[in-house]
Amino acid sequence: MISYGQHQFPGKLFVVEGTDGSGKSTQLALLYQWLKAEGYPVFFSEWNSSPLVKDTTKRAKKRHLFTPATFSLLHATDFADRTERDIVPPLKAGAIVLADRYIYTAYARDVARGCDRAWVREVYSFAVKPTVAFFFRAPLDVAVDRIVSGRPNLKYYEAGMDLGWSDEPEESFTIFQGKILEEYDRMVSEFGLTVIDATRSIERQQREMRLLISQHLKKRRGKTH
Amino acid sequence: MIVIEGTDGVGRSTHIALLRTWLESRGHAVLDTGMTRSILAGRGIKEAKKGHTLGRLTMQLFYATDFIDRLENEMLPALRAGFVVLTDRYIYSAMARAELRGIDTAWIRSIYSMALVPDAVFYLRPSSPQLLVERVLSSGRGFDYWESGMDLHLGEDFYDSFIEYQKRMLKVFDRMSTEYGFHVLNASRTVRSVASDLRRAVTKLIDEPATPTEDNVSQLQVVRDKPTPAKSTVKTLDLNKEAS
Repeated sequence: MISYGQHQFPGKLFVVEGTDGSGKSTQLALLYQWLKAEGYPVFFSEWNSSPLVKDTTKRAKKRHLFTPATFSLLHATDFADRTERDIVPPLKAGAIVLADRYIYTAYARDVARGCDRAWVREVYSFAVKPTVAFFFRAPLDVAVDRIVSGRPNLKYYEAGMDLGWSDEPEESFTIFQGKILEEYDRMVSEFGLTVIDATRSIERQQREMRLLISQHLKKRRGKTH
Repeated sequence: MIVIEGTDGVGRSTHIALLRTWLESRGHAVLDTGMTRSILAGRGIKEAKKGHTLGRLTMQLFYATDFIDRLENEMLPALRAGFVVLTDRYIYSAMARAELRGIDTAWIRSIYSMALVPDAVFYLRPSSPQLLVERVLSSGRGFDYWESGMDLHLGEDFYDSFIEYQKRMLKVFDRMSTEYGFHVLNASRTVRSVASDLRRAVTKLIDEPATPTEDNVSQLQVVRDKPTPAKSTVKTLDLNKEAS
């Protein structure tokens, strides 16, 4: 088993992280379009997308079957399948892999749920270290406002209702997101996350990302502009 | 908490069924559980195994999810309520499977670090993999892809692969047997004589209240106080000792 930071692949892995409503998925979609247009082989991989695990997660969320430990382990199972199926093989093939949420999402959420920080890191230690991990940082009130105004019904686990902090979904969500944000902030130096100010314009954030990413890419042969 | 361990076709489920009936006839309430029986992940694991696309890491984590779900929602509540918990396989099978697939043992141990140390582990040991083949065939099920280790490409066909896989499995179990102090029972004998050995050992375990149960009680306490076992029990188990 090869551990985090030890993998050597010809491909590149770029991941986006951040609280709900930070705009990271929008930015990743724009990045995808750009890389495609530039002629790079790009592969997109999303959190909670393993064909083997998806149904189990969906059912467990609906029926409220999770504890913090099993929530963590089932998401790790999903992530392991993504790693074995969607991340490692394309990286070996020299492709660019774009991941919407990565291990840092698990570290933030699971620790906010009360799991042991060291234990969660150990569980995910098989993960490939990203070439660049972008953290879209939005102040708590901005992020909460984006989600709450856009979606009237917060989901049970999304709002951290399983933790019993508040019966009020919006209040629970705000407490939960606050803890998640704290964990993200702590990970910036621990894992060298690249912080993007998510309050600035979409265009400006995208320009910054493209600039950073292009430093890691080889020029495509035969590409004319 | 009583664990019955051993490879495929060794007679674990037969002995658990016999033991359960016997314990209940003596007035003990019994919970029996086993791999892939969790409400959370049981069905998903069975589905995932059908396609033969289950990767090595994914497989270990799926089984760990199944185990922790049963630990938190079945085994711990039953033990607190004074039940005898009989489990068909435990973390040892999971760790052995992981090891045979080249997974880092320290990693798999830390994933299972929140498991309880059982009061006894009975290891049903077959004299050879050939004996297992007979049992697998006479059960009518035939060879199973995963139980034959087909994902490891060990042989030309199911038979060759099964023999090689089970041989390796026995080796790992024999090592664990000393490491974790299993009670080894020769499973090549008749059902009746294995069952009577099991009963004798279990009687001793239940009639002698003190010893290792004390530790388990205090661990249960810790788990109950905090809703997050991932945090509370990580450092308490000998599983956490470095593999030597």
